Order: sequence, then C-alpha cells, then structure tokens
Amino acid sequence: MLISSRFRTCSWEALCARREGEKESPQSFLNSELFTLTYGALVTQLCKDYENDEDVNKQLDKMGYNIGVRLIEDFLARSNVGRCHDFRETADVIAKIAFKMYLGITPSITNWSPGGDEFSLILENNPLVDFVELPDNHSSLIYSNLLCGVLRGALEMVSQRLLFQ
Amino acid sequence: MADEALFLLLHNEMVAGLYRAAEQGEGENGRCTTKLESMGFRVGQGLIERFTKDTARFKDELDIMKFICKDFWTTVFKKQIDNLRTNHQYLAFTCGLIRGGLSNLGIKSIVTAEVSSMPACKFQVMIQKM
Repeated sequence: MLISSRFRTCSWEALCARREGEKESPQSFLNSELFTLTYGALVTQLCKDYENDEDVNKQLDKMGYNIGVRLIEDFLARSNVGRCHDFRETADVIAKIAFKMYLGITPSITNWSPGGDEFSLILENNPLVDFVELPDNHSSLIYSNLLCGVLRGALEMVSQRLLFQ
Repeated sequence: MADEALFLLLHNEMVAGLYRAAEQGEGENGRCTTKLESMGFRVGQGLIERFTKDTARFKDELDIMKFICKDFWTTVFKKQIDNLRTNHQYLAFTCGLIRGGLSNLGIKSIVTAEVSSMPACKFQVMIQKM
C-alpha cells in the first residue's frame, strides 16, 4: 500500500522510531494474554446477563463506543497524525497506525465500494480470539463487536459518522 | 501485544458498564462487585495456566505466594500496579485475578483490597486450610 502524503510519511516514521524506542523499556505494554482473557471474561459475563446474542452484540458495541470516544484522544496525542483529507486516507490510518499501535496487527483493506465510501477491514490474526471457542448455541454472537464500537466512537469524535457491520 | 491504554479503558468500561446495567434494573450494586470478581477469577485461572507451564513444581505455600507476587504480578502488569485508578469497585477484578491464580495452584483463598492513601493499595490474602 502506498503512503501518499509527505506529511504522513514523516509522522509514520516518527511513530516507528518512537515504538522501537519503547521496546527497550516495555512499560507501556501489558501482557496481551491479560487483555485477551479479560475480554473473554467480559463477553462470557455479558452472555450470562443477556438472554439473546443480539443484546450482547449491542452491549459490546456500546462499550466499544465509550472506549473509542476516549481512545481517540490517546491516539491523537501519541501518533502525530493530522487531519485526513479523504476516506481512503482514513482507512490507511486506521489499519496501519491505529491497529498497529494498539493491537500490534495490520488488517488489510479491501472491498472498496465504487463510490469510495465503504470498505472492509480484514483481520487475519485477530488477537481478541486467542483461546476462544464459541459454543454452538451462540451462532449470532459477533464476538469482536467491541472493535466496531471502538472505531465508531473514535471516528465520531473526529467528525465522521459511520456505519459499521 | 496489547497496549496498556486499551486495557485500562476496557477495564474502566467493564466497571462502568456493569454498574450502568445494575442501575437500569436488575439487582443491587453488591452483585456488580461479585461479577467483577468472578471475571477476574476466570482470567487469573487462565493466566496462571499459561505462566506455569514451564516452571518447576512448587514446594509449599510460601513458594507459591512468592511466584504470585514476583513473576505473576510483574508479567501481568510489568510493574507494580500503580496506575489502575484505585478505589474499591475498581479493585474487585484484580482481587479475583489473584484468587483465580491461587485457586489453580491449589490454594483456596479470600482476597480483599484496601486503599488507605490513594496511589497505594493493599491486597490481603487469607489462605483457607482445607
């Protein structure tokens, strides 16, 4: 994928340098298993509290939204990313900077709609689903629905109202 | 690799979400603490299984407590846990985490937390003899 704007190339390099510097003092990284297992415990608890999967999905989305609203501040403060000029740039920033920064993965961007207003993010190795086995009776549970909420909340704060599925 | 900010926000939201749900109807606040504690318990059980798969068998309870305080704690939090915004409802999860870890090492315990001066917090572990 091409990084087009010069400004963003700079900030991307600055970001990489910063992250490499951080590796020497691994202070800001928690054990990822703690995060994954905690998320698993949360979903399990929600499944106990709500009767159908749709309600669980809705709740996860809502919690994600609240996280996203706050996370965007942390993201803007630490990443030096400026305002995106178009939606494609937004997609790039989400996939290559935000996901990399918080989950250590880079999802691929596909399925652009002809109008350029819709795309898919494909997570090839989603860290949230490590150790997870879904029982058969939860077929309509969207396990990682929290992420949709996070993205929705974060982007709404930078004035983009979007629909996530 | 997961970023610390992400865990802090997730944990915040777990607490807030549970209390929000309780306010809207079912149950009293005490149930929320229990729920948080039991979520921590599950996570503690999972983590201890992952962490001890290559360690030697523990000699006694003291040995186990040392492992929990040193290895377990630092692997999970990378430092002394000084930045979870501490107050009692926020500590329920962590109490459960310790209890779950101990439970899978064969120690039945009661873990309580106490905050006397703000950044510091004290966990008390009571071991129940079987």
